[in-house]
Amino acid sequence: MRIVVDLNRCQGYAQCVYLAHEVFKLNGTEALTYDPNPDDARRLQVERAAAACPVQAIMIDRLDGAGRGARS
Amino acid sequence: MTLSATLAELVRDFRANGRIVIVGASLAGLRGAEALREEGFTGSLTIIGDEPYEPYDRPPLSKQVLKGWVPADHTALPRFREVEAQWRLGVAAIGLDRATKQVRLADGEQVPYDRLLIATGTRARQWPDPAEAALEGVFSLRSRDDAARLQQALAARPSRVLVIGGGFIGSEVASVCRELDIPVTLTERGSAPLVGALGGVIGEIAAQMQRDHGVDLRCGVSVASLEGDAAGHVRRARLSDGTTVEADVVLAALGSIRNVEWLQGSGLAAGFWGVGCDAGGRAFDINGVVTDSVYVAGDVARAPHVLYEYQFLAMEHWDNAVFGAEVAAHNMVNLEPHYRPHLLLPGFWSGQFGVNIKSVGVPPFADEIVFTQGSVKDRCFAAAYGRRGRIVAAVTFDHGKWLEYYAHLIEESAAFPPPPPGWDRPDVMKPVPAEFPAPGVPTAIPDVVLTGHDPNERRAEFRPRGH
Amino acid sequence: MAEETPWQQALRYANRADPYPFYAELRKTPVARQPDGTYVVSTYREIVTLLHDPRVSSDVRKLPARAPAPAEPGAEPITEAVIELEPNIITCDPPEHDHDRRTMTRHFFGPPHAPHQISDLEPDIRRIVAGLLDGMRGKTRIDVVDEFAYPLPVTLICKVLGVPLEDEPRFHAWIETALDALDFGPEAASEEMRSRLAGARRSVKELAQFMSGLLGQYAERPGPGMLSAMVHDGGPDGRMSEGVLVSNAVLLLFAGHETTVNLIAHSVLTLLRHPEALEELRRRPDLIVPAVEELLRFESSVQFWHTRSAVEDIDIAGTTIPAGAPIFLVYGSGNRDPERFTDPDRLDLERPDNEHLGFSQGIHFCFGAPLARLEVQAAVGEFVRRVENPRLVVDPPPYRHNQIFRGPRHVLVDIDGIRD
Repeated sequence: MRIVVDLNRCQGYAQCVYLAHEVFKLNGTEALTYDPNPDDARRLQVERAAAACPVQAIMIDRLDGAGRGARS
Repeated sequence: MTLSATLAELVRDFRANGRIVIVGASLAGLRGAEALREEGFTGSLTIIGDEPYEPYDRPPLSKQVLKGWVPADHTALPRFREVEAQWRLGVAAIGLDRATKQVRLADGEQVPYDRLLIATGTRARQWPDPAEAALEGVFSLRSRDDAARLQQALAARPSRVLVIGGGFIGSEVASVCRELDIPVTLTERGSAPLVGALGGVIGEIAAQMQRDHGVDLRCGVSVASLEGDAAGHVRRARLSDGTTVEADVVLAALGSIRNVEWLQGSGLAAGFWGVGCDAGGRAFDINGVVTDSVYVAGDVARAPHVLYEYQFLAMEHWDNAVFGAEVAAHNMVNLEPHYRPHLLLPGFWSGQFGVNIKSVGVPPFADEIVFTQGSVKDRCFAAAYGRRGRIVAAVTFDHGKWLEYYAHLIEESAAFPPPPPGWDRPDVMKPVPAEFPAPGVPTAIPDVVLTGHDPNERRAEFRPRGH
Repeated sequence: MAEETPWQQALRYANRADPYPFYAELRKTPVARQPDGTYVVSTYREIVTLLHDPRVSSDVRKLPARAPAPAEPGAEPITEAVIELEPNIITCDPPEHDHDRRTMTRHFFGPPHAPHQISDLEPDIRRIVAGLLDGMRGKTRIDVVDEFAYPLPVTLICKVLGVPLEDEPRFHAWIETALDALDFGPEAASEEMRSRLAGARRSVKELAQFMSGLLGQYAERPGPGMLSAMVHDGGPDGRMSEGVLVSNAVLLLFAGHETTVNLIAHSVLTLLRHPEALEELRRRPDLIVPAVEELLRFESSVQFWHTRSAVEDIDIAGTTIPAGAPIFLVYGSGNRDPERFTDPDRLDLERPDNEHLGFSQGIHFCFGAPLARLEVQAAVGEFVRRVENPRLVVDPPPYRHNQIFRGPRHVLVDIDGIRD
């Protein structure tokens, strides 16, 4: 699956880290890094993390892999 | 039929049957395409990109990708809606004919448009000596492929990495090297890392942070030449101070070049700082006249900004690409008075050496800086930038939860220095010169730059009077 | 006597079950000065702005003693009397706050050290929930508060902290007494509330002594849980002083379950009032994740916070909050602000862009949020799945007295049975 975090919005509350620590990690106390294309098996965790973000900075692909048509 | 009814009918027809071409298939191009469909545009949409990949996110490349945690090809951007576009990936646009309204592609094809969105972004500035740049082990970092190659080189555990340039990319790469326990030397022509973006006062803190993490930091020097071995692999660099650095991986982090060459001859206001446009994303021509059919968004755009004396602002920021593309897309399929302005307070982040550096506003616009909260010693603080008694920017180190307070102050052009906080005051709260390099002093170009009042750096074509 | 302000009316016990009409009235003046000099902030934007304003202090020691004007007998200082402990992380400012919270984070959930500690508790949570629901078999009427919403969080917080569950009856009584005595409204001056106050003072003292004793035991002999870890390892920020340690231990124990009890009880109550939402959740169990966020918005467990004050004049929403003035940020009202949330009084389990204030924002963002989320998701999700045909017996149910930690005292529900 695909995600992106708006790190301008992110304030380092780290709620995502508690809920999906294989996908979201803190580097130090505030700097968030993450896996932009985590394994589909982690979908539930990632959705929980996105819902929990106090500033709603985590955005998840809404096409679910279908219909992207990125190649001509 | 009244004129306004005719116009409304034209807009309806354009939304249904028009042809829009987006040149640039990265963040701005993708979000622009999605926004067009969101706005109800159902006509034909073509997205042209010189890289063979569908749109991906670049910020992770210099961080989690280089570290080896995330593969370079795991950075594809999420999609928020169907765009139903013709994707022309792996083929660059090489020309624009505004008279016939066609984009010329590298493979010779001509793509006609009714409206065009230019989102070609920037590319990495390469090491200037082509022979030296061609040595094995010399890298630049902008694309997915760049990141994959550099990551491989780091994974092979080089004896030392030389990073040329102490801007954000260079500093982030140095940070990753230290996390991977790889010896690293960073050279910066200015007085300190990040000095172009954040000034000398913050640069000094960044310098100390780098040294504390074991970076061999050399400021005030440049790299004169790179030398390879018989096999054509880079081995050492000669610096301007006469010393040499033995390194088998060299990253040229020399900043970026805006991708405007393909617009040569198009008559658009395109130059070193990008393509001039109004605050609604409509491109200017070389005479400073706004066009009707060409729009610009992302790193390649420069537009006047209300908070900064209406100077043309060029921003290489993530949210500028997203928001600028959305605004341009909206304006492409709407009429006055429904145009929207691209009024974004610039903002960026950089994770390095375990510290989250965030900023809002335009720091290089400032002449002074004052620490407002926290502790410089702990690298956990907020500082405000001022110009002539008004706050114009702010920076935080691991103090991001406070940043929006400063953003509000900047939006209101509040007085500088801001009132002291009620607690956690820094040891020194006196404004001091922010120490930005004077124009012309070589250092990294900041990611957000005021580029003057002129929509076009090239000379306009003045018409003689009386004809 | 002057007419009561919307805020004073919202605080009346009779309006505890539904303060929202008064909040709506209150929001007409986003920053409203009260007769006692408190500034009550009720709109989303202004609340968020002040949560990020370094001119606002959360330190109880900076709160002025609120001397009531003779004409306003209702405006008695209450908080200060009850809270005689040293400041904890919610009632102090940086840098103390940052140091203490970092130390506590290190031993609680642990990023970047051990971020999995919380998710590792999930099997325990599910086991406790299952046990509580199993225990309802054969019953036709249950009290959601006493039999469900309370036992889960209290069991869990005891485990996390290392507080013996056998001591629950003692600390439960102390906490109840203290909570019931806290009042910021016109009823604070009543004979009843004054007498409660004396009891509350004793209770807080006993609770602090109990915690101090426990921390002392752990100092001699390390044990499982966070309290022992905090006694023995302060991390890079150093150990907290004895007094600060006790205050924060009391905070963790109390806030670590009371707010969750109210959230679970309110969640069940709210869903029973919205049968279509309940049915949707039964059909789509995954919906529990956004549903809990919406329930946090809809019935916030912390309705407002009372220890903030302006450290200098703050201009906001056309008002100047003068230096020294107490500031109440009313999360419960901000969460129903129509300027921020479309149709805010409607329960929408899939509400997009739900940036609610149920856990606040800024540096005092709820410390226990990750644990609370897991508990409520499990509890409410399983309740919906397993309880057959639940029907509210009394609506509105009786409420607890406390205005900040607002929640029903009992929620009686008739049921047809418990599914497997």
